[in-house]
Formats: sequence, structure tokens, C-alpha cells
Amino acid sequence: MAEISTSTALLSPSKVRRPALRERLSRKAWELAETIATPLAPADYLDLFNPLRPGADLRGRIVKVTPETADAATIEIKPGADWEGHTPGQYVRVGVEVDGVRHWRAYSLTHGPRKDGLISITVKAVPDGKVSSHLVRRLRPGKIVHLEQAAGDFVLPSDLRGHKFLMVTAGSGVTPVIGMLRNLFPVTDEGVVEHQRLDVTVVHVAPSRPDSIFIRNLESLAEAGAIRLVTRYTGSEGRLDLDALTELVPDLKERRAYACGPAGLLDTLQSWYDAEGLPLQTEQFRLATVVTSEGGTVAFKDKTVDAAGDKPILDAAEEAGVLMPSGCRMGICFGCVLPMKEGAVRDLRNGELTVARPGETGPQGVPIQTCISAAAGECVIDHPA
Amino acid sequence: MTIAPEAPAYTGPIAHLSREDVEQLGRELDAIRQDVLDTRGERDAAYIHKVIKVQRSLELGSRAVLLASIFPPAFVVGTVGLSIAKILDNMEIGHNIMHGQWDWMRDPKIHSSVWEWDNASTSEGWKHSHNELHHTYTNIVGKDNDLGWGIMRVDEEQRWTPATLSQPLMNFINMCIFEYGIAAYDLELGKMRRLKKSGRDMPEGWHEMARNTVKKIRRQAFKDYVAHPLASMVTLSGPTTLLANVTANFVRNVWTHSVIMCGHFPEGVETFELKDIPENETRGEWYVRQMLGSANISGSKFLHLMSGNLSHQIEHHIFPDLPSNRYAEIAPKVRALFDKYGLNYHTAPMPQQVASAWHKVLRLSMPNGFFESTNVRNAPSQFGKLVKAVRGDTRTRRRILKEFEAAGAASVGKAV
Repeated sequence: MAEISTSTALLSPSKVRRPALRERLSRKAWELAETIATPLAPADYLDLFNPLRPGADLRGRIVKVTPETADAATIEIKPGADWEGHTPGQYVRVGVEVDGVRHWRAYSLTHGPRKDGLISITVKAVPDGKVSSHLVRRLRPGKIVHLEQAAGDFVLPSDLRGHKFLMVTAGSGVTPVIGMLRNLFPVTDEGVVEHQRLDVTVVHVAPSRPDSIFIRNLESLAEAGAIRLVTRYTGSEGRLDLDALTELVPDLKERRAYACGPAGLLDTLQSWYDAEGLPLQTEQFRLATVVTSEGGTVAFKDKTVDAAGDKPILDAAEEAGVLMPSGCRMGICFGCVLPMKEGAVRDLRNGELTVARPGETGPQGVPIQTCISAAAGECVIDHPA
Repeated sequence: MTIAPEAPAYTGPIAHLSREDVEQLGRELDAIRQDVLDTRGERDAAYIHKVIKVQRSLELGSRAVLLASIFPPAFVVGTVGLSIAKILDNMEIGHNIMHGQWDWMRDPKIHSSVWEWDNASTSEGWKHSHNELHHTYTNIVGKDNDLGWGIMRVDEEQRWTPATLSQPLMNFINMCIFEYGIAAYDLELGKMRRLKKSGRDMPEGWHEMARNTVKKIRRQAFKDYVAHPLASMVTLSGPTTLLANVTANFVRNVWTHSVIMCGHFPEGVETFELKDIPENETRGEWYVRQMLGSANISGSKFLHLMSGNLSHQIEHHIFPDLPSNRYAEIAPKVRALFDKYGLNYHTAPMPQQVASAWHKVLRLSMPNGFFESTNVRNAPSQFGKLVKAVRGDTRTRRRILKEFEAAGAASVGKAV
């Protein structure tokens, strides 16, 4: 859109009108299509033919699933036509159906923008990880997944000159960094093409070498002299602490630092960098935990209500003066459904928990029936009080 | 839920059950429900995705064929296809999605809160009158407007007035224009007219709902009766496309009306008096009311699909939010519970159920006892009395209605 407006500004006035007319015509045509397709949308029919077309909800088609380690795989995806591209280091949110239920997860893009237009993510199957296990073990080429545009500010500065870099990666925290490195140092059949003179040190922490995703990539980059690689295998060498880090990377303070990994490591690093007054860019692969309990609180937009574990949220909220949609009050009419953005509720009929984790559930949250759900933790519901 | 010891014993078709029996029955039904929830997953999701895909392809294909409907074979194929597509949209897809049967998939498009169907009634209005009122107060006279849709007498307990005589005709007209009938019903037009007459205000939000309904009817009519026929003018097929669309809507109306009549109207299906419903109706008691107030249609897989699995009306009413593809699977277990607790599982083939429902509509269009007490010999005098009842004042009418009732009871007694 922005491109069109700048280019038309340069054209003569008579030519300016034409795209506007065309736009008006296409809008009219679209409106006509809408009246023909009602009550569905034209998109519902067009999706039958091409779910990746321009104008469709952003989706992607799985092209290839390649195992990386025993429990990790790289997934290559052809994104829909409206994919706006990404900067290495960014992540993409992927929506995928597991056992028929749509789940969303964020994964780092592990390549720079590619010539073939594909994007790739690398997923490690975590224990009890419903979605990650599904992606690593059961996903097959051809399957359509849902995507959001790339996001995240864990990226390199646009001007790399004069910087020395340190990248600390732990476990699958290597994924955004590998995306950056692959973009900086493209690999061909002849080996690593080193097209930029950069000083990059990568400190990689993992339980052991076979547990390390992308370790061969890192090693070959190191062999080619593109990066300096320092590995720390905690299974045999123990935890990485700051003394060890300053020892391994003597010019630590001169380097622009990036770190990606579990919270413990990042917190340690952050407090050290803060104390030194130095910047640190981090990306945390947070395992969002929702603490469940009997009863809890329910936060509406303007009010927070205490809710007992044996009382429907609908009743608790109404008693607190919240204007709630309601219907049969017995779980059959779905007239009381509201989106839960965060938290956990228990179905009073069978005790089943429904959990909403920010970042893992859809952008609209998890719809819950408030008349048969009791709070099971601190819930956030998208509804004005 | 605890049961008060002084609670009176059950009467009618569940007189043989104790309160503990009913609660046990409820627990056994809960277990059936839980079984389905525990195994609900990929297979079910694949099912609804497939039905939606088939419906959309069929509708698109039929509409495309109708572009050349000036050729009779294209007209026939397109009309049949479009009729089936509209029925699938309303029944297996729309009705069930709006029930929240597929909400668990967390698909923001296939969700009760956003789904809209190819019908004059708005999903919003329908969800209120159907999910909230009908499914909660099933077959409670005076509470459940589905019981005769507010225009018919389908229970002996409902009052007979001279206007009731016209109900077979009303039902026939309603059948032909059923989508508008539902839209009017969802807006509770009858009740609103009474409110207006007595100078009272309409309930909050009613005007907006009415506006939305009018808007939807306009959009729907424009699509079927203007836009598509216009597009077909390219091949001079405009009039035939119009005819095809009118026919498809008519077929859909007749079909859905018939299926829905089979759900609660056949002879022998129980209705309930509000005064008989315990104030704190237990889960078990609610289940029993659903079990006795519904009737199934037996038939092929295709019939189940085309009826939106409302052919499993009993299972649907017990578990309105379970995915419709599971009703056939749990039906044997549900039926076994009917047998175990000595309840009547009301099921029959479609022609039989439709005939039975119409029989009830006809029978109850007459005063109670009229049919039972009328034979060839006394027909003239019976009809003479009926005319008197229609013409006479309230007292005469009340007296004659009483006579009919007594005569009916007597002749039934004789027959036994």
C-alpha cells in the first residue's frame, strides 16, 4: 500500500486517477462478491482453492520436516502471499491443530530471508509438550498451519560495522542466533561464504553435544573462521557461571551481547550486565506456567472479582456487580461465553481444567462458559466490568 | 445435589422410579458424556471440516451449474445440489455449530459465537430462543415456545379456542415459509404485538434484534432472488435460476420443518406442566425430561446427516453440546439406559413420525375428546355442537368443550 502511494505521487495527475478507479472497481467487485456469498464471506469459498492466496488469513503449508536431533526437527514452511518477511532473530507464532484443538506457539525463525521464499523453524519436543511433540513427530508435508507476522526485537543492529558481538545461547535458545548467523554467513556447497568481516563469539550451553541442536552448523562456522565457538556441556563440565564466562570470553565487556535461553541463565546475565551498566539483549524461551488452585480471582477490564472454587464465575461476577451475558445457567446454551486471556478455570460438571497461557492460546483468548466454570487461579477475562 | 426426604413421589411415566433411581440415571448419562469428551479429538475435527468443505463445494458447484439453468438438466442438477447444500448448512453445520458442539476446537471461525447460517433468522436471535429457552425448558407448557411455536396447540393442556381450528392450515403455511417463521418466532412477534397493544415497552435490545433480522432477510433475499439470477442473465438463465433458488429454499423449509416436527410433536412424546417441575430440578430430573420429551427418527446414515443428526433428537437433547457425529455412536448406550429404567425410547422411520406429528396437529385443532367421541353416525350432531362452540359466548363454549371431553373419556373407556 505504502509503495503505491509513493509511486503515484510521482506520476502525472491523469495517471493518478487510474489506480484509484481500479481500486474503487475492485472494492465494488468485492462488495458484490460479498452479497453473493452471504452469509459466508467470499474468502470462505476462495480458501477452498488457495488458502495461501493474497488477502487470505495468514497461513503456511508445511514443505519439509527434517530431524535435527533425537527430539528436535526443522520445519520448512511456505508462508501465504501476505507474509511480510522477517529479520533474522525474530520469531513467528504458529497455530496448529493437535487432537483437533488449535494451539499457538512462538518459534524463532532459523534462517534469514531465503531465496525460495520459505521460512523455517526448529522445534524441540519438550517432555509433556503436546504441541512441540506433535510438530516434531507427527507433522507431515502438505499440512496447513496458521501464522502471524514475524515479531520480536531480538535482532542485530542494521549497521554492523565497528561492533564485536557475543551471543550466549542455551539449549534451544540457539534457534534465533542460528537464524542471525546463517544470514550473516551464507553456506554454499563450497563451504561458508564469509562476506562480512565480523567478530562474533558464540558461547553455547547444552547438557551434552548430542543434545545440541545446530551444533554441526556452529562447528563448521567456527572451522571456517567465521565465528569463535565456545561450548559448555553442563553434563560433564558443570553449570556456566559468570566467573567461567569472563574466563572464556576475556573481552566480554567490549562485546555487544545477546543471550537466549532459560530464565535462570538470563536473569544471572541480566543482573551482571545491569551492575556493569552495559546493555544486554535477551530473548527468553519462557515456559509459561499457570498456577492452578481452588478458586482464585477473575480480572475483568475494570474490576477484579474474588471467586470461590465451587462457584460459577458467572455468579461470582454478578454478585460483584459485573454485567455478564448469561443464558441457561447450566452449560448448554453457550450464551455466557467470554474469552479468557490468561488463567485457568475448572469445569464444575467434571472437574476438567481449561488453561489460557498468554502467547500460547489464540490471539482472542480461550472462550469459556462462565456459568459452569469456576476460577482455578488468577484469570483475566476480556469483558468490561 | 441433596434430595429433601419429604419430596413427593414421581407421577406419570416415571412413577416407577425413585429419586435415587433418577439421580443414578443422571450419573450414568454423565459417564456416557465423559466418555465422549475423553475421546473427542482429531477424528471429530476432521469430520466437521469435511462436512463444511463438502457443503461449500456443493453450493459453489450448484450455483455454477445454475448459471446455465436454462438447460433443463442443469436446472435439475443445480436445484437438487443447492437444496442439499442449504439443508446441510442449516442442519448438520449451522444448528450444531451454534450449539457450541465444535467450540472445543478453538477455531475462531467454526465457533458458536461467530457462526452465521443461510437462513432468514439471525444466529443471535436463534441461539437465544433455541439454545437458551427451548433446550432449557424443553416441553414445559408455557415456557418452551417451541411447543407449537406459539401458533399451535400441541398439548391437551393448552387451551382450545376457535382459532385453533385453523392450525393445520397455519402449520402448512409455516412449513412452506419456515425460515421466516423461525425469524418471526425468534423475535417473539406474537408476544411483542400483545405488549404493544397493552402499551408496554418492548424488552431492551429487541429493536436492534429486529433491525438485524430485517437486514439479514434483505441480504438473504437479495442474494437468492436478485444477485444470482442477474448473474445468470449472461446465458438468459435468470428466470430459471430464480426458480431454482426459490425451490431450494422451499425444499429446505419443508425438510427442516418436517425434521423438527419429528423431534417433539409425535404422538406419545411427553410434555410437562410448569407446576410439576421441581423448583430445584436436579441434573437427573432434567435429563429425564429431555429423555421423555424427545423422539428419534430411524434411518440411513444419509438421513442422519441431512437431519443434522436431529434424527438423534433424544441424544441431542440429553447432550446438546456433544459433537453431532457422536450421537449415532452413543445411541445404543443411551437406549440401554432407557430399557434399564423402564422408559419409552421413542423412535420410528421418518414417514411414520411426520404422519404422527401431523396427526397430533390435526387432532388437537379440535377440542379435547372430539375425535374420540365422533363416529360416522353422530358426526352431524358433533359438528353442529362444534359450530355452536365457535359461535357461542364463552360460557356456552366452556360447556360444550366439557361435554366433548366427557364424551371422549367415555368412548375411550368403552373401547378399553
